[in-house]
Order: sequence, then structure tokens, then C-alpha cells
Amino acid sequence: MSCCGTNPGYEEIDQVSRLVSARLAAFLRTLRDNGFAVGLHEGQDAASLMAAGYAKTPSMLRSAFKHLFSARKSDWERFDGLFDAFWLGKRARSRSLTMGSARAANNPSLKSLPGQRSEPRAADDGAMDQIPSADGADDNRSGEGRMEGASRADNLAEVDFRKIADPAQIEEAHAAAARLARAMRTRLTRRDLARRRGYRLDLRRTIHGNISHGGVPIDLVRRQRKTKPLRLVMLLDASGSMSMYTGVFLRFIHGVLDQFREAEAFLFHTRLAHVSDAMKEKDAARALDRLSILAQGAGGGTKIGESLQTFNRWHAARVIHSRTVVMIVSDGYETGDAALLGREMAALGRRCRRIVWLNPMMAWEGYAPEAAGIKAALPHVDLYAPANTLNSLASLEPYLAKL
Amino acid sequence: MKDRKEIAERLAASGYIADAELATAISLMLMLKRPLLLEGEAGVGKTEVAKALASVHTTELIRLQCYEGLDQSAALYEWNYQRQLLSIQAHRGDDPDDVEHQIFSEKYLLERPLLAAIRRDTPPVLLIDEIDRADDEFEAFLLELLSDFQVSIPELGTIKATAIPHVVLTSNGTRELSDALRRRCLYHYVDYPDVDREARIIMARIEGAGASLALQIARMVEGVRKEELRKVPGVAETLDWAAALVGLDVRDLHEAPETVHETLMCLLKTQEDTSRVTREVTERLLGRVA
Repeated sequence: MSCCGTNPGYEEIDQVSRLVSARLAAFLRTLRDNGFAVGLHEGQDAASLMAAGYAKTPSMLRSAFKHLFSARKSDWERFDGLFDAFWLGKRARSRSLTMGSARAANNPSLKSLPGQRSEPRAADDGAMDQIPSADGADDNRSGEGRMEGASRADNLAEVDFRKIADPAQIEEAHAAAARLARAMRTRLTRRDLARRRGYRLDLRRTIHGNISHGGVPIDLVRRQRKTKPLRLVMLLDASGSMSMYTGVFLRFIHGVLDQFREAEAFLFHTRLAHVSDAMKEKDAARALDRLSILAQGAGGGTKIGESLQTFNRWHAARVIHSRTVVMIVSDGYETGDAALLGREMAALGRRCRRIVWLNPMMAWEGYAPEAAGIKAALPHVDLYAPANTLNSLASLEPYLAKL
Repeated sequence: MKDRKEIAERLAASGYIADAELATAISLMLMLKRPLLLEGEAGVGKTEVAKALASVHTTELIRLQCYEGLDQSAALYEWNYQRQLLSIQAHRGDDPDDVEHQIFSEKYLLERPLLAAIRRDTPPVLLIDEIDRADDEFEAFLLELLSDFQVSIPELGTIKATAIPHVVLTSNGTRELSDALRRRCLYHYVDYPDVDREARIIMARIEGAGASLALQIARMVEGVRKEELRKVPGVAETLDWAAALVGLDVRDLHEAPETVHETLMCLLKTQEDTSRVTREVTERLLGRVA
């Protein structure tokens, strides 16, 4: 203890520093709770900054911590509020995050699909790629042969999934969807191979390997282009309004997971569930069984925004890389906050190569994307397509292959 | 700890007008020896930060421009194949092992930016520009280099940094960077400068631009940025425009509205934007510039 107003004793300093470090630890926890990626290393650096005199004034400490703990623009914009709320006891102002505006509209490089009719639909704002409804897709597909799945289920190819009632037909449609997924996989691989022609000489290895020939390059070593497989991440809406379509999409997803080297699947309704493992079950029926346990609560409302938020925060960093297509299958009826959906779509759009939104309702007569959810999401979608028949699923393939 | 004020002053002396936050970023970078990740729109002056940093330290600036497909041989090192071939021809008949040993030596090694940066005696500023354009693999490779500051060359062994360079990474945010890379770095978001700072930048860079003209230009540019444009003008465009106005002997924007409108093309880079900023728009913007 200090006495007579002289310098504080060791015990007191210890007390103070322990208080400070407890407070710092609490601050780090607050940051983590708010989605900041703060590790041990940052904590140590923060302590050393405080020791180095950055804690002299709040503004200086705030500025230093801001650089240390932020990792992206959204962190950067929220940090001051969090800092003030924690250290200065101010009420955090709710800042509206300005996310990137209409991605598709800003992207002049977007092209329309080859071999597709280009007549715009009523709801077409011209900003995105559109696949017209399936009736026009078939006759224009030239030179590619027909999809394995589609050709063997001709009579079913054009029928809206919700109109298939006969159990045998349902089973047939499901099987066709699975075959379709397999056919897509094979074709994408073939395209990958075809593109790899014309690789360059690897001089480093060529010379290394030809020293014994006196440097005459006899054995040529060619640089192998690394194959980077396309990764497909699927988010399937399992809410009540989608119930007529969920079955067939589950089979499609099952086929994709089975055939693609890199694919992940998620289900969402009011919350998000990672279902890749459950669906990797070889036996489709058993996979669906396991799924029904995961999908508890399915068939109710849809909180697409919140589900995407969960996805962005907990899964995106792991399952998305730069050659990832995110495929969202949903009618876009959002029962949660549509603005949140827009923000999360923008964040997702910055991470992945393309966002494909499949909407089974799109081919319905008189359907227009009026729901607030789909309106908020559309500016960030690269391809908005109907997906209510097998043909419409098949016509997605050339688009994915172009990646 | 280096004084932030001192850093800001030294940056200003080299022609870069920094705000207090950036000065903090640089002082932290020097203290914690961590790379600094600068993110922001194109044209806000991210690359300039690295240049100014190099001039403050009076040290070399080594720049690595990233692009899709950038690989180690373009970023780190490459062998001088022509010389190697000649040498093999000249030593025909010698023991192949000896020849091999000889041609994979320092003499035939071509430094690329990253290797150059860790082999300097005085720490240079290493600018890794537009990291968001490079592939994921390259980002992962960089992670290793940036955490250990050493590289291994199979034929030569491990090369450790002689002095740890000051690393500045820039990104336009076109692709999301990995969390691992972000965590390695200090983060600073560079925004368009406010009117006051932009005016000071103009005065520092353009000879003959007085305080009142610089302020007018900065206000005008701020107005243009608020219009709905495809390509929002950056600081470099502002400087071009200021140079044009000074060159045309404009002292006050209100006195030469015609020239102002005609020279606005310095700021507008697409046909669409040029047609959007009509004479009326220019007049409206000029009206707000007191």
C-alpha cells in the first residue's frame, strides 16, 4: 500500500494492471461477440500498446485499437461506436452500414446466356442474366447433345414439379434430378480439360532435367495448369411456401453432393442448418431421413436475411473461395427484415464468384418479384432463373461451365 | 513510440497530407512490425501512402503489382535461363553434378520483388499492390512469407530476411480477402479526403494553386462525387483537374464557368458520366461552391 501520498506501491500497480487487463479482456470478448476476428496475438499487441503510452487519451487508444482489431470495412465503420460504448459508456449509435450498391448493375461485363432467347420478361430490369422459362431453352441448345437426365425423362422435363402427383412420377423426377446433377458434373470436368490445352514450357524444370544432355532441351517439361474445381454452395429454402419444391431440390442437391468434388449444402427456414454431411449418405432415402431431423421447424416462415447472416458469419470463410458459385433456391418470401437481407446479400456477393438465385415461382403466370425480400436481394444476384422443371435445371449448366 | 504528429509532419513534407488516423496506423506499423492493409475505393491514394512512407524513411520502394495468375516465379525469384544454358554449353563434358551446382547458384538467380525486399540491408517499403487481384493460393503463400519473413529456394536453401521490410498491402475490395491475411495485418480504411484535406493536398502538389482556388476545387470535386456517377473521381483526377485549371490561368472558378465545364473531363472518365454532367449540372455545382 502507498503511504503519505508517495508513489504507489507494487501491490497497487498490480491491482491496477489486473483491473486494466480484465477490462481489456472484456473488451476483446465484446468485439468477438460482435463478429470481430480477434485472436490471442491481437490481445497481446493491445496490451503492449497500452503499456507503450497509447492509453494516454481515449481518442489515441481508440484509433490504435481500431487499426489493430478491424479487419474489414464493416468492422472499421462499427468500431468507434463499440469502443465508445464500452470504454466511455456512451450509447452505441446504430450506424447504417453502406454496403456496396447494386452489384449487378455496376457490372458491365455481365453477358446473357448463350443459346437463350433474349426477350426480356416483364420483371426483367435488364441488370442480370436471365434464363427464360424452360419452353425456350430446349430448341436452342445446339451442339451440346442433350442432358442425360432430360432425355430419359422427356415427358417430365417440362412439367412443373408441383404438378407431379403420382408417387411413381415423383420418384422418376427425383431420380432425373440426381442424374442431371451427375451429368452437369461430367460436362464441367470435360470443359475444364479442354481448356487446358496450350500450356507453357516450364523452363526451370526443363533445364534442370536436361543438364545431362549438355543443356540441349530434349525432354521438355510443361507447366501444368492447376485445376481449380468449381465449388457449388447451395442454400435451400425449406419453408412452408416452398414445400412443393423442396423434395425434388433435395434430390438434386443429393446428386450434386455425391458427384461434385467440392460442394456444400445448407437448408434454411427460420434458421440455417449445415446439411452436407447428412446428405452425403449414399442411400438417398436414408439421407432424407437424417435430414428431417435437422430440418425441424421447416415448413414455417422464412428468415432469409438472418439465415444468410448466420451463413456469412460462421460458414462463409470456410466454404467459400474465389471459384465458388452460391446457389440460393428460394421464392424470396421474407418474413424477417428485408433490409438485412439486402446487406447480407451484398456481403455474400463480395465473397463469391457468382450468386445464382433459383426461384420456382418465377415461371408462374403473372408472377413478379414484388415481395420485399426478393426485391432487396435481386441487385446482388448475378443470375436469376426459374427452376420449376427439369429443363430449367438443365439450362443452368452452360452458365455454371462458363465460370 | 514515434510521435504521430511527427509522422504526419514528415509525410506532409514529402507531399502526402495524412489524417490523424493514418499517422496512428503508421506509428503502429513501425512499433508492432506488422504489415498494413489499406482498403478503399480506387483513386483515394492508397498507393501514395506507400510512396510517401518510402520517402519519409528515405528508403527504397519495392512494388509488387498483383494480377490473376501471379505466381511465385514472378513474385519471388526466377533463374536466368539464358545464362544457365550458355554456361551448360560452355562446360560441356564436365561432371554434370558440378555443372548443376554451378548453375543453381546466386550468380544465376534473378530477384523478383519479394526476394529483393527481404534481402536489402536497410528495410525497404514493400508495396503489395491490389492483393485482391491475386489468386487464393498466392495469398496463402504470402501469408507464410509475411509471418516468418523467410523463403526457401529448393536449390539454395532457406533465405532469411536481413531486415524486416515495412509492408503495405492495398486492396480495392473487389474480392474478399482471407481472414488469415486480414488478421496478420493492421487495417486502415482509406476514404476520399474531406474538403479541407483535399484542398491541402492540392496546395501541396500543384504549384501556383492558392488557398482559395484549392478550396473551391475541393468543394467542387466533393459535389461531383455526390452525383450518381459510374466512376467517382479520385484524388489523382482532382490533381489533374487542378493542374489544368492552373495551367489555363484560372484564379477563381466563378470567373470562368465555361473553362470549368470544359475541363471537367479531367474528372469524368466515361462517356456516360460526361453526358450526365451537363452545363446545368456544372452551374448547379458551381453555385454551391462559395
